Amino acid sequence: MIAELGHLALWVALTVAVLQAVVPLWGVARGDAGLTGFARPAALVQFGAVALAFGALTHAYLVSDFSLVNVASNSHSTKPFIYKLAGVWGNHEGSMLLWVLILSLFGAAVAAFGGNLPDGLRARTLAVQAMIGVGFLAFILFASSPFERISPAPIDGNGLNPLLQDIGLALHPPMLYLGYVGFSTTFSFAVAALLEGRVDPAWARWVRPWALAAWTMLTAGIALGSGWAYYELGWGGWWFWDPVENASFMPWLAGTALLHSAIVVEKRGALKSWTILLALIAFSFSLLGTFLVRSGVLTSVHAFAVDPERGMFILVLLTIAIGGSFLLYAWRAPSMEGGGMFRPISREGALVLNNLLLSTAAATVLIGTLYPLALETVTGEKVSVGKPYFEATFVPIMVPLVLALGVGPLLAWKRGDLAAALGRLWVAAMAAAGIGLSVLYLQGAPVGAVLGFALAAWLAVSVVTEWADRIQLFRVSPKRSLSRALGLPRSAYGMSLAHLGLAVFIMGAVGETFFSAETVQFARAGDRIEIAGRTLTFEGVGQRQGPNYQSEVGSFVLPSGERLESERRFFPVEGQRTTEAAIRSRPDADLYAVLGEPAGENRWTVRIYVKPLVMWLWGGCGLMVLGGLLSLADRRLRVGAPGPRRASWRPAHAGFGDAD
Amino acid sequence: MRRVLFLLPLAVVLALIAALAWPILQGRDPHELPSVLLDKQVPAFELPGLAADLDGLSSVELSGRPVLVNVFASWCAPCRQEIPLFVRLAAEGVPIYGIAYKDDPEATRRFLAQLGDPYRGVGVDRDGRLGIEFGVYGVPETYVIDASGQIRHRHVGEVTESVARRTLVPLLDELAK
Repeated sequence: MIAELGHLALWVALTVAVLQAVVPLWGVARGDAGLTGFARPAALVQFGAVALAFGALTHAYLVSDFSLVNVASNSHSTKPFIYKLAGVWGNHEGSMLLWVLILSLFGAAVAAFGGNLPDGLRARTLAVQAMIGVGFLAFILFASSPFERISPAPIDGNGLNPLLQDIGLALHPPMLYLGYVGFSTTFSFAVAALLEGRVDPAWARWVRPWALAAWTMLTAGIALGSGWAYYELGWGGWWFWDPVENASFMPWLAGTALLHSAIVVEKRGALKSWTILLALIAFSFSLLGTFLVRSGVLTSVHAFAVDPERGMFILVLLTIAIGGSFLLYAWRAPSMEGGGMFRPISREGALVLNNLLLSTAAATVLIGTLYPLALETVTGEKVSVGKPYFEATFVPIMVPLVLALGVGPLLAWKRGDLAAALGRLWVAAMAAAGIGLSVLYLQGAPVGAVLGFALAAWLAVSVVTEWADRIQLFRVSPKRSLSRALGLPRSAYGMSLAHLGLAVFIMGAVGETFFSAETVQFARAGDRIEIAGRTLTFEGVGQRQGPNYQSEVGSFVLPSGERLESERRFFPVEGQRTTEAAIRSRPDADLYAVLGEPAGENRWTVRIYVKPLVMWLWGGCGLMVLGGLLSLADRRLRVGAPGPRRASWRPAHAGFGDAD
Repeated sequence: MRRVLFLLPLAVVLALIAALAWPILQGRDPHELPSVLLDKQVPAFELPGLAADLDGLSSVELSGRPVLVNVFASWCAPCRQEIPLFVRLAAEGVPIYGIAYKDDPEATRRFLAQLGDPYRGVGVDRDGRLGIEFGVYGVPETYVIDASGQIRHRHVGEVTESVARRTLVPLLDELAK
């Protein structure tokens, strides 16, 4: 009964979405304020209806209603509560519903907090948001309904893929979708601006918080997924350049570019059509990711049930959304350009460079992801584009990006003084050279590691230099500096933290890539394993009973008496095995132990890794997220920021990364 | 000229969409790996049975009518999932033979006793040597072999309902004509 109610709610949501897509546009065209105003309540009702449907499905999972096909094939009565809950989005239909829930959530948020938007822009934005909603609600209702019944209902369900029975799964998809789908809002804003034929600094100011919110959550979502892969898959890797990882990384790159180009629109009224294009691209990448995961055109660990019909449906949606918006772009954007010319050596010049490099990076990832598909389509040959390609193309683009990132924030708007900026960065240059050389000297490290650490040091010290510059540290009294530091806008701290996060992340990535050690042994209880100057004693394997699995627990003991326990879990319902790595994280390195297959005669295959600086990877992502949140909390960027009518509003000050 | 520039993104996007649509329209399955032995004769073999008193499987048994040969193992999770489907297919009269790949016969027997035995005959490929001759890429794999003993199709990975109904069974029916 509740499931039918959920199904009905989806139909209501679809109906409301259709109206929300049509009526406000009609209202704007006729200049009818009543019809224009319809968008806001409609967006709220649509969200309410989708939330009701989502609640109904969640209820079915929590009470293990196996009369629903979706629940029966993805859940099991013995599953712990949290995984029953996470199971809602651990499958194609449920995750699609989560997708639409978040889509309508963003629509409702624009309706609720967009009080300062001009009526026309808000109505158009919500109408475009509703169009996307219509497409995906129709997809759920016609091609992947989670509310289908099965009769007779099975006594118990098939269970959830054990790899997904993990706290990482409970958090990663919702967070990732908040980011992915969050870019629907900037997309809607961009299409609305194209419909209006007008982009001005105010538009950029309204769009920025949404781009920032989506970016922040996407960053967190990607980091969570990466962390999950690191500890759950048991290979000790955190990034595999897997097509679906790339699919989440491309919107991140485009979104990062958008975040920065919108600043230029806001401050200088330039780069308008480019910013619009980036907003379209960011969400197009999100849609592409959705398509890649669900169509089965690419083989991936993430792939949901391979179903060409669903793939075709999403492709049609994708064609309408992306094709339509790009057509609109080709038609309306040429008349939109304008704004001042600017010099290459200036803040905006640096941001243009940032955009060029980020979009080139996104393009290389796109090519690497789709090339195997294209090649196979044309020649039938199977290839896999892996790490070597991305390391050869992506990394070289990041080097100038990080170099420029150190300088950019120190350049003034309009006309920067590169020599002066570089002059202030002598400490950063020294730090980079010092760290690079000492890594080379102490570790005899490869060039890549030396370069990587030097770049990270350069960026970190540059960020601190820029901050010190703003508070005039050592140039005025410490008290003045302190009061300046307290007076800096949160968005300035947000920028510094996010950039610092990147530096910390690079440290971690370089350390893990170049200095990891690994050993695989057949070990008997009592054997000592030496790795990278550490000694572990293997204590053998015991049995343990989990809530819905049995596990073999391999214990390793460090000389300090610390124990590491790696499990091999067997899930009888699903008939599958998972490996739980034992990880001891320390700032200098992670010690990572995995119990492998039994090798006969009481011996077990054990794999031990020492992975330096992995904590820095997560720490770096954490700083970036924190930076995003801090910027969002800036009163001048806040979603419900005061409208242009307020006298206190000073647009010239609303920069992400400018203070004075 | 400027207008053309703004059309460029659209052109790129359309090309991309076409590239994505192509494989779906062709109905190509990305999991498909063409067999090295496609349209070649099944290698001659004679495998022992699951127990001393059980018959094994030889290449001679496979010829005469189109059959499915499923390479499986008790230690492989997807194999476990596809067995119930095979049991149903076998009940419908589809001839299925099994090759127990790198598996302990004792474990295989328990596996089949637990899940049901869809096979008309099972041969034990204890050391995986026949697997090498077949070019087995990983278990499970399922081959369609025609009446003359030629390999006509290879499916890598779990056989799902849709693979069976849309590909394997129609192909067997066609070969039987």
